[in-house]
Amino acid sequence: MLIKKINRRVFLQSSGIVGAGLAMPMILSSAARAQGFCNNPTGSKVVFGFNCPQTGAYAEEGKDQLKAYELAVKHINGEGDGGMLNTFKGTALKGNGILGKKVAYVTGDTQTKSDAARASATRMIERDGAIMISGGSSSGVAVAVQSLCQDMGIIFMSGLTHSNDTTGKDKKKNGFRHFFNAHMSGVAIAPVLGEAYGKERRAYHLTADYTWGWTQEESIKAATEALGWQTVQTVRTPVGAADFSQYITPVLNSGADVLILNHYGNDMVNSLRQAIQFGLRDKQVNGKNFEIVVPLFSELMAQGAGDAIKGIYGTANWDWKLENAGTKAFTKSFGEAYGTPPSQAAQTGYVQALLYADACERAGTFNPEGVVKALEDFEFDGLGNGPTLYRGSDHQCFKPVLVVQGKEKPKDKYDLLQVVKEVPTKTVTYDPSIFGGELGPVGTKC
Amino acid sequence: MDQLILQLLNGLDKGAAYALIALGLTLVFGTLGIVNFAHGALFMIGAFCAVVFSRLLQLETVTIDPARLTPWGSPMEVRTPLVQAWLGDFGAVLVQWSVPLSILFAIPVMLIVGVAMERGLIRYFYKRAHADQILVTFGLAIVLQEIVKANFGANPIPVTAPAALAGSVDVGGWLGLSGVFYPWWRLVYLGFALAVMGLVIAFLRFTTYGMVVRAGMEDRQTVGFLGIDIEKRFTVVFGIAAVVAGIAGAMYTPIVSPNYHIGMDFLVLSFVVVVVGGMGSVSGAVFAGFLLGILQSFASMNEVKNILPGIDQVIIYLVAVVVLLVMPRGLMGRKGVMEN
Repeated sequence: MLIKKINRRVFLQSSGIVGAGLAMPMILSSAARAQGFCNNPTGSKVVFGFNCPQTGAYAEEGKDQLKAYELAVKHINGEGDGGMLNTFKGTALKGNGILGKKVAYVTGDTQTKSDAARASATRMIERDGAIMISGGSSSGVAVAVQSLCQDMGIIFMSGLTHSNDTTGKDKKKNGFRHFFNAHMSGVAIAPVLGEAYGKERRAYHLTADYTWGWTQEESIKAATEALGWQTVQTVRTPVGAADFSQYITPVLNSGADVLILNHYGNDMVNSLRQAIQFGLRDKQVNGKNFEIVVPLFSELMAQGAGDAIKGIYGTANWDWKLENAGTKAFTKSFGEAYGTPPSQAAQTGYVQALLYADACERAGTFNPEGVVKALEDFEFDGLGNGPTLYRGSDHQCFKPVLVVQGKEKPKDKYDLLQVVKEVPTKTVTYDPSIFGGELGPVGTKC
Repeated sequence: MDQLILQLLNGLDKGAAYALIALGLTLVFGTLGIVNFAHGALFMIGAFCAVVFSRLLQLETVTIDPARLTPWGSPMEVRTPLVQAWLGDFGAVLVQWSVPLSILFAIPVMLIVGVAMERGLIRYFYKRAHADQILVTFGLAIVLQEIVKANFGANPIPVTAPAALAGSVDVGGWLGLSGVFYPWWRLVYLGFALAVMGLVIAFLRFTTYGMVVRAGMEDRQTVGFLGIDIEKRFTVVFGIAAVVAGIAGAMYTPIVSPNYHIGMDFLVLSFVVVVVGGMGSVSGAVFAGFLLGILQSFASMNEVKNILPGIDQVIIYLVAVVVLLVMPRGLMGRKGVMEN
């Protein structure tokens, strides 16, 4: 029946449509080739793509990060009080956009899921013409989007990602990370733990079962074992399990006297609160007080955990209470704009946007080839963390790491963590070859 | 032995939450024939009833102190709690016991939400295909989640149990063992869940109202011929199911800090519980809830995971597959339910 209805005209029309559809990717990619690199901005503006979790387990961090990106765009364009642009030493940025072009931005929701994050990044690159993608509050997402950006010829300035893999085995030439990593956390916190809890401890690990959790466990385990601690057991827990009781109860009679929670976000909030409900911190084991350690802290998580956070040690990339000019300028800008102090997720996002803009300005081009060269081995200061190096061999930033502790008597809900030690850059610097991986060539083609 | 007791208690506790949600799902399905994917959202709304009630009790007057500045230079807010200012120590006790007291707040709120949901939207889908019902209720759940997220943020909100019930108790002592500690609040939750389930089952079995509802579940048309407005009764049942889910959520807040997604976390598991228990069987839902909760807890023991790695994450679904292969109607499923 159907075949009878197809005449010559219908056949030609259909063939034309199908042919055009099949040719479209080639037309688009040849257009990109003609530009020299992907999404070369030709008009008066350049588009940034901010890919943050607006739903899912890390949504609150994503929301805060998005606010910081908005602020960064304002400051790059010369609006507002300029924030950390005023303290960024030696920046080429003039507060008039980048290379004479105003910065616009589009946003995507990663949903804290790799596939959703890749889809939203693809949309921002292909439809909105984003020249750079930044964001992500999960290492799984960051690694996935970094790989996509490499393939699509776009620079990826990662947001909050703490897995060793991001700038280790999964590193890419187009990807750059300002945030610290699990290895640095382990190296920074171990001496503090040794001092506080002694060198004869038996640790039990509960670990989120994905890339960040695995590398976090590996790093903190290595660091504490080097200290003399024994590892009793390492247990993987599903991401997003609201109730951790069945994983916590085996800790009670395991002979361990320290519980290390390699959890982040809601998982950390729930597992920490439940561990305390089970009386772990009231216990005495092996003649010592039972202790809990959370290697990666954030202020937003601390707010969720409430009183459970008091006295717990962890590490952080940055804290709004640091006494330096960059931190004060950013905290003032952010506080005035949104009425709260910024989180570390916000700070790393803001800094990444500024660093990318500055690199383009210094390179005199948006071409990833030039931007990568400008960022590699770039040394900077005045962005809140003190003197910092963007190491060229793995695109990892090196700066002091903060060891923090939950405050016993916070003044308000933003004053939950105190910085107990700033571990110098030299101590947390490592040989990039220990995590393997290859940067490969710069990706420029769509 | 200690581990077995602790994991049994964990399983019962977890199972109690599954069973309470599954109980409501089964009631709604058995009476109205609706596959309600918004039921998890009712659990979430109940949890936020506890948050709202606790915040109401902690309402403060806010004054601006120009002499003190925030780190970004604006004048600092000074907050004074009202209830404690008005009622003194009694006010402080009320704040302490806000979670159990929030049940009194949650019951009318959930009844209104449930009836509004049923009358305002779900009744228009009674005669539609199950796929349509799933789509509309799932959409409704997402809308409710987003409303909560817009108002309360995405971060979990810490809610604490009363100080008297915040610690652990040596349950081993009750059994002639020692040193087997279990959180008080989880035991309270288990007792509360059993009481609620008992009340719902007793209501259905031993009251005339419940008898009519059960008759309507068996044969809606015949009950209608007797001059009984069965639709109205089913609306009330929907309201009861919403109340059960809501108070289950409110009491669960000290165990898991509520966020906008908490309902979805339980919903899928609760559907598995309903299917394993048998569609339309209230006692089946309760039994399956506890069974799956206990199995999940035992599967998480290191001794089990060393033999079968990852079993803790799939055990519930594995059991569901086996039960459905051997008993296609579930453990206590009624003949004719969802079979046409």
